Amino acid sequence: MEPSFLRIEGVSVHFPVRKGLLQRQVAEVKAVEKVSLTLKRGEAFGLVGESGCGKTTLARTVLRLVNTTEGEIWFDGENITHLKGAALAPYRKRVAAVFQDPFSSLNPRMRAGKIIAEVLRVHGYAGDVKGRVIELLDLCGLSERFFDLYPHQMSGGQRQRVGIARALAIEPDLIVCDEAVSALDVSIQAQIINLLEELRVRLNLTYLFIGHDLSIVRHLCDRVAVMYLGRVMETANSEELFSNPQHPYTRALIEAVPNPDPLSEATREFVGLSGEVPSPLDPPAGCVFHPRCPIAMDKCCSVEPMLEILHPGHNAACHVVTSRPEDEK
Amino acid sequence: MIRPLAEIANLSIVHSADGVETTLVDDLSFSVSSGETLAIVGESGSGKSLSSLAVMGLLSQELRVTQGSVNFEGVDLLTLSDEEMRQRRGRDMSMVFQEPMTSLNPVRNIGSQITESIEENLGLSRAAARSRTIDLLKEVGVADAERRMRQYPHHFSGGMRQRVMIAIALAAEPKLIVADEPTTALDVTIQAQILDLMTKVCADHGTALILITHNLGIVARYAKRVNVMYGGRIVETGTAADLYYRPRHHYTQGLLSSVPRLDQSRDEPLHPIRGNPADPFVPISGCRFHPRCPAAQRKCKSERPPFDGQIACHFPLSIKEKLAG
Repeated sequence: MEPSFLRIEGVSVHFPVRKGLLQRQVAEVKAVEKVSLTLKRGEAFGLVGESGCGKTTLARTVLRLVNTTEGEIWFDGENITHLKGAALAPYRKRVAAVFQDPFSSLNPRMRAGKIIAEVLRVHGYAGDVKGRVIELLDLCGLSERFFDLYPHQMSGGQRQRVGIARALAIEPDLIVCDEAVSALDVSIQAQIINLLEELRVRLNLTYLFIGHDLSIVRHLCDRVAVMYLGRVMETANSEELFSNPQHPYTRALIEAVPNPDPLSEATREFVGLSGEVPSPLDPPAGCVFHPRCPIAMDKCCSVEPMLEILHPGHNAACHVVTSRPEDEK
Repeated sequence: MIRPLAEIANLSIVHSADGVETTLVDDLSFSVSSGETLAIVGESGSGKSLSSLAVMGLLSQELRVTQGSVNFEGVDLLTLSDEEMRQRRGRDMSMVFQEPMTSLNPVRNIGSQITESIEENLGLSRAAARSRTIDLLKEVGVADAERRMRQYPHHFSGGMRQRVMIAIALAAEPKLIVADEPTTALDVTIQAQILDLMTKVCADHGTALILITHNLGIVARYAKRVNVMYGGRIVETGTAADLYYRPRHHYTQGLLSSVPRLDQSRDEPLHPIRGNPADPFVPISGCRFHPRCPAAQRKCKSERPPFDGQIACHFPLSIKEKLAG
């Protein structure tokens, strides 16, 4: 079996809700609940789901910006879940992040050159810093001219390129892209998607790509996990997940995406999902999706389904779907 | 032919600051009829939002309409006083914005924000306005309306807040609703619910809907006609099907080949439009799209292509090219 590069094992993240003078804990938000995923080296792995599903929290635990409540994260054979201070430094050199809004993630009072050079200095780069920065800008399709520009002097797409150049400065192995193209105009989105794809091949990068636009995630990622209310509902490779979705939530999510072809849209059968995502403060019993599920059975209201293998590489957490083969026997 | 409800003719909007004037919307003409959904597509800085704010009489101070007219049922809205416009907003036309949290008043309950609009515009009594509010909330799918109208915006989720915004927009049964990226801040499953609701309600009431969006999928599912805007102008207009199957402007074609799609193979490469969206504050000679256009020629740099009612391009794509390319 291929060794996993990043392994997330039974990870839960709970945030306490405190109230009153003594800040007593009155409740817990279960943002991520027992999630297990593995990423192979060099692959692009997508995390999709609606707001509040825990995809960003999960990404932030991988970045070690949020502590795990339980479970472990392994990176290239090392348990990084509880590393602290100096012990964490080697990991920080190998994992970088690209965020959604390039305007708020770049210092407005620093020129692009300095933004990137700072990363090199922090990580003790010994060579010619300016030369390296220009190399990085060039790698991301920006000319030397951008070295002296401030973020406000650039367009959204150019800012995101600087954000990517900054991420590449540490020569990372893993890049966590959190909605990295969501804030960009359509024509620029395509440019950045192409750039990310090109860089991945050229530099043998591994991506953990968080997105809510399913068509972009499908295009960019080899494998995808669908999250809902902190849990993984289904994982499969992209082709399989989008052509043969099994979990009713995945199906609803895919159905909800309109295609740009007006005639196919006019004839397409489409039953929307009713209701809204419940609060993670008080998740429903049993399967968390059951109140919105069109095919829920009695069992779904009381027993939480585990992620089970449907066939190799395709897992789903749904009683109805996983019990089907037995019914047929 | 049916007379359109609103006709925008030769509208230009200019931004002035420190004595510098910049044209943000340039000689724009289009119309919308009752019961119709018209989509306006474009990137940031294309002027898509500004042109509808001008229709609503909501341009901010540094912006000025320098020419053109907005003919609404035979009256040029641009000649009306602020007070006359204020009376028309809500009653004749209303607006739904992208971010429902910032467009609702956080310190007043939901019910009072809806009844205010009803009392103001329809002149109903408090009790009648209240019962209409409950009906409206039910119509837009807010369950348990009697209780929820006493709650505040922060009690509502993003999707629910947008439903409330739609209820307010509908409160006085306007003839025109302008929705500016109404679902961009919402999740896909909620997006579908909201747009289905909005187009259904508008169709039921015969309301004209101008839907401003950047999402070509939304255009395809919900709009009959589309204006594609770039650099403050309409560069192409037509039915959604025409623009999709037979785009003639290189920008329209570029937008279509920029988006990854679920109904195509994963390996289908994306063909982005090169460069960046035109910055309205940087002057560009000739056709404003020419620096990004794959087919630009010398004429495009020097001469502004006129808009012939369908397209503004010196060298439009022929249908054959589309099939070959």
